[in-house]
Amino acid sequence: MTEILLQNLDLLIFLVLLALGYTAGSMAEKRHYRSIHEREMELIKLPVVTAEGRFPPGKVKESFMVSGNAVISIDYFKRLLAILRNIFGGRVKSYESLVDRARREAILRMKEEAKARGGGMVLNLRLETSTIGRSANQKKQVGSVEALAYGTAVVFNRK
Amino acid sequence: MILTNVSTVPGKKIVEHFGIVQGSTVRAKHIGRDFMAGLKNLVGGELKGYTELLQDSRDEAVSRMAEQARMMGANAVVNIRFATSSVAQGAAELFAYGTAVRVE
Repeated sequence: MTEILLQNLDLLIFLVLLALGYTAGSMAEKRHYRSIHEREMELIKLPVVTAEGRFPPGKVKESFMVSGNAVISIDYFKRLLAILRNIFGGRVKSYESLVDRARREAILRMKEEAKARGGGMVLNLRLETSTIGRSANQKKQVGSVEALAYGTAVVFNRK
Repeated sequence: MILTNVSTVPGKKIVEHFGIVQGSTVRAKHIGRDFMAGLKNLVGGELKGYTELLQDSRDEAVSRMAEQARMMGANAVVNIRFATSSVAQGAAELFAYGTAVRVE
């Protein structure tokens, strides 16, 4: 019995990694989404727009730039799923949720910064994604995506 | 130095334009961080080391840009944009550019 196990050691390691990636990865994702929902509800009063605003004179006290970023990586199991998906084509759901998480986290961090500095609104939101290194799917590469959100926060005069 | 990414500074009036200013920095991740990220990559989740690294480098690019604007005699930079490109394996270039102006 042990002999068979030793002979297939690399297969065993692979399966262990797969199981670890699946359980830990899906748990982490659920926890992250829960915290995203909570914080989005908290910050729902702070409007963020992608347009530039025009304000009557005397309304705005000050303005400054705020930004937030997040680098989220994919787990072992989902990466394998994505590689399999590459054969048949179609929606790669595991990567969709990855990018979605990164983006929403980045927007939340930006909003948190704006709120902490007294901002009443965020104008001209821009979103950007990038990867560190090269392709996210290559071997020996860290499959991760960075999302950056930035905008201009304005502080209104109190009357 | 006032920094915004809209074409004006809300609540202030632009009195003078100085043209574009830019700042960039190329950063590589170090081996320790890379190793930790490799481990983290098995289970997924946020790579805090990379998040901080990129945030720091972007701040660096912005401060270089602001320094350039200050040398021109500007007191604000409007219409700031960020760009990222990976120039080599494991290294990323963070780039910030905008228009230097004087506001009142």
